[in-house]
Amino acid sequence: MKLFDIIGPVMIGPSSSHTAGAARIGRITRQLLGEEVRHAVISFHGSFAKTYAGHGADRAVIGGLLDLHVDDARLRTSKKLAAARGMTYEIATVQLREAHPNTVIVEATGVSGKQIKVEAASVGGGSVRVQYLNGMEVGFSGDRTTLVIQHRDVPGAIAKVSRLLAASKTNIATMRVFREEAGGRAVMALELDSVPEAAHIEALRNIPGFDSVTLLRGV
Amino acid sequence: MERSVEKLLTRAQGQGIAAAMRDWQLRHDDTAQSIADLDARMSEALQVMRESVEKGLDPELHSVSRLTGGNAYKLMKAMEDGATAGGPLLGRICARALAVAECNAAMGRIVAAPTAGACGILPAALLTLQEEYKLRDEKLIDALYVAGAFGLIIANRASISGAEGGCQAECGTAAAMTAAAIVFLRGGTPQQSADACSFALMNLMGLVCDPVRGLVEVPCVFRNVGAVSVALSAADMALAGIACPLPCDEVIDAMRQVGDALPAALRETGEGGCAACPSACGRKKD
Repeated sequence: MKLFDIIGPVMIGPSSSHTAGAARIGRITRQLLGEEVRHAVISFHGSFAKTYAGHGADRAVIGGLLDLHVDDARLRTSKKLAAARGMTYEIATVQLREAHPNTVIVEATGVSGKQIKVEAASVGGGSVRVQYLNGMEVGFSGDRTTLVIQHRDVPGAIAKVSRLLAASKTNIATMRVFREEAGGRAVMALELDSVPEAAHIEALRNIPGFDSVTLLRGV
Repeated sequence: MERSVEKLLTRAQGQGIAAAMRDWQLRHDDTAQSIADLDARMSEALQVMRESVEKGLDPELHSVSRLTGGNAYKLMKAMEDGATAGGPLLGRICARALAVAECNAAMGRIVAAPTAGACGILPAALLTLQEEYKLRDEKLIDALYVAGAFGLIIANRASISGAEGGCQAECGTAAAMTAAAIVFLRGGTPQQSADACSFALMNLMGLVCDPVRGLVEVPCVFRNVGAVSVALSAADMALAGIACPLPCDEVIDAMRQVGDALPAALRETGEGGCAACPSACGRKKD
């Protein structure tokens, strides 16, 4: 903990876990999708399912999907903003097995038709943990600069990433890789100690088989 | 120093707690290049606190659930009309604590201090003392560092999460931070700030976290009022030269042990305390 975790964060109430955390999950989903959201299905589990309306967790996730920050006053009226921007949504509740009590699954479809499914938990004090991306385990918090790469499982993919990050003098703090099956869809989530140069991120995007490269910062 | 009041007091010798805290933060925060960067962030927090007091005093304010809202206005008006018992200074402090807590419940913009549920206590005391004693913003920013220093130590030694340590960890910590800051604003010594911190923690030790319907409203917003009253009286004892017989670090450790001993029903599960009242569960009273 640092000083501004004690005097702060500046946020829209009422709850750091149920409102600020929910907004961050929405915003991380929006950034992972990489384009404006056209439609979203938001499914709340556990404590979220019981109290989302009173805590404004639904408005917070919707606001996050509209790329609003945790201290943006428009989180309160995000449903109107969604209507104005042509974003539709459905709110549902689910019962998951062995999930954190504050878990939400966001299935978002972008304006180009691109789809993404994020399962994340709000673990307290506004901190979150993204558990699954498109059904694959990722397990990152978004507190640090995080590089998320969705790609095809081919030999050498990790080496290409680590080579470009080394060229950028960027240290990798944590790294998780997951794949559906050999040669199938795969995902890498890397928490970094610094921000890589833009040219190196662009080079990652140009690697054949890399479908999506997202750099999450200050979400 | 981030884990021990004793070490904080050693570090504060000759320069005060605020300067010691600025140094510590600058060494531990890679997003800040200078003390001016830190002060700018603190100044922004103070501004958000001020706005949240204003917003919370709106008589038409209400939360999404409509369980709370508009009460801060009632309290301020009653105090101004001379209808309350506690007098104008305490009345304004209490009304403002309620205002910020109700602003939070109504999805307003607040500064978590240290948490959203306990966000009314520190701003209410700081801003009312500013008005009463004609203090400059720079002095209030120093007071935020003092409050932050004690909050940081409590967070590291014990907890600031209701789910972990009960409401003593949220409103209790906020009251302890606020008591230390009030002592600073009234010209007390770092040791007196530590004593005030201890007195506040002692007075709220064991306080359970029992939100009705799981929402940050009842009893949370009303507890912000009680906690700020405790902060003021704790600071007054320290300013009077009453030394706390127990070291502050030991009182913080005791708070952690009490938190560990609390049953889960009394740690933000919505299953015990006020949350278990028949009327809170939608059941009729016998």
